[in-house]
Amino acid sequence: MLRPVDNPTPLELPLFTVTVPAGFPSPADDHIEGKLDLNEHLVRRPAATFFVRASGESMRGAGIFDGDLLIIDRGVSPQSDDIVIAILQGELTVKRLRQVDGNWHLVAENSAYPSLPLIEGDCEIWGVVTHSIRRHCGR
Amino acid sequence: MATFALVDCNNFYASCERLFQPRLRGRPVVVLSNNDGCVIARSNEAKALGVAMGAPLFKIRKLVEEHDIAVCSSNYALYGDISERVMSVLGSNAPGHEIYSIDECFLDLDRLAVPNLTEWCRDLRQTTLQWTGIPVSVGVGPTKTLAKLANRLAKKSAKAGGVLDLVHHPNWIDAALRKTPIGDVWGVGRRWSVMLEERGMRTAYDFASAPDAWVRQRMGVVGLRTVHELRGHVCHALEDQPPPKQTTCCSRTFGTAIYDKGQVHDAVMSFAERAAEKVRHAGQVAGAVQLFIRTDPFAQDMPQKSASGSATFHRPTSDTRDITAAVLRIFERIWRDGYGWRKAGVLLLDLAAPGAAPASLFDVMEAPDDGLMRAIDRINDRYGRGTATLGLARKDAEWRMRRENLSPSFTTRWGDIPAAKMG
Repeated sequence: MLRPVDNPTPLELPLFTVTVPAGFPSPADDHIEGKLDLNEHLVRRPAATFFVRASGESMRGAGIFDGDLLIIDRGVSPQSDDIVIAILQGELTVKRLRQVDGNWHLVAENSAYPSLPLIEGDCEIWGVVTHSIRRHCGR
Repeated sequence: MATFALVDCNNFYASCERLFQPRLRGRPVVVLSNNDGCVIARSNEAKALGVAMGAPLFKIRKLVEEHDIAVCSSNYALYGDISERVMSVLGSNAPGHEIYSIDECFLDLDRLAVPNLTEWCRDLRQTTLQWTGIPVSVGVGPTKTLAKLANRLAKKSAKAGGVLDLVHHPNWIDAALRKTPIGDVWGVGRRWSVMLEERGMRTAYDFASAPDAWVRQRMGVVGLRTVHELRGHVCHALEDQPPPKQTTCCSRTFGTAIYDKGQVHDAVMSFAERAAEKVRHAGQVAGAVQLFIRTDPFAQDMPQKSASGSATFHRPTSDTRDITAAVLRIFERIWRDGYGWRKAGVLLLDLAAPGAAPASLFDVMEAPDDGLMRAIDRINDRYGRGTATLGLARKDAEWRMRRENLSPSFTTRWGDIPAAKMG
């Protein structure tokens, strides 16, 4: 039942030496010098990292859309302006955590949705969102 | 002095269920055994309601309705993944660790130089809770047995705050021993605790004061070790690397008694497949295989039977084709019509590393290429167990487990990851 820890399956992509904003890479530079592991880039603390599917419209202003995949790192301590997963009325909810004049709020990034004052003991921050991933092509 | 800690997850299965289902917080939660048979885990609220460990579901139905108890089928995909995370956090914080069970871990804290060990343990608890969402208790003692005993008290005492250190408070050890019923001492099973109680030894303290010769005579060297450990002498070191397994087993109790040969056949074939996969995962090969089937021993009004058979391999193997072929031959030999079969299992025995396995003296066959097995394992690792099979087992057959209240595989299947609302 127990598998080795801290060892996400590496997804290895070739890394080239020059960045080419447009056009083709020079044939002289096509020797591969290493591999990029997307897990390494996105998951800093595997033991504390969870994936969550975002659903709804209230975070459009933060660039998070319905169906996006969110990466949550519970090893990060929440600070003001972090996008977080908060537990509201027994549900996991995506909000922006913000401190204004010493008071904490959970803020939506869509003017159609209200912000909520954060009351100690009433609400729990489940984790901090570190990345969101959106699919742009379904094939 | 040697310093061991035992870290134990509080109500582990119930805590896992709550992690992604915040609505279950504050509500009593019970988790059922395979087949939704009986209670194997309870949240504190369920314990307070008097739900007994091992209680069959039908006996607590009324309680469940009256108190709105959340009933969960066991979700080992979830518990296994969360366990790995907890163990990883503990292992990366302590100088040495030994995973003792899915929810317990011994730590070796000898070489840990911290000014205040209780504070360090509190921090470890806090980190584990923040990273993984799982609350744990920490018991510290000069031996593993005392660490385990301290853990039990750390959990029980509100004052302890989840941490009890007997190494830096040796004057607490006597009181701790007196507070521990003999049956709760690590290594003292049911049989011994009855025997010891009959002789007036009701607590760990009584047992620790028993003369060596008497303990040795009654309980052998195993009992003697336990007594010495209770007195603070180390007999059990940390086992960093669990010894490689000698056997592996894949067995299930069926949801209902099965009379149909084809269905039992499908079940045992899928067990053979799974067992082969386990052995390959551990990088081992098996020298022999055993198959057993039995009826329900609790259905006394039904005809009872238990049958088993085994086979040895000429060349130790982990190839599903060899193993299923052997299991099939045994199955044909031991099958009897007219019985309601309720449980079956495949055991692979004489496990060893491929190099260590002596090839048969008269072996003339070429060693099979395991490229096919590797390919199947890789597909199943990526797309979920049972995606690629040898065309032996049917899906959704009657023998599969009854799991009516199974939570999603929140952390191990893409389609099951939790949703977070943006509303």
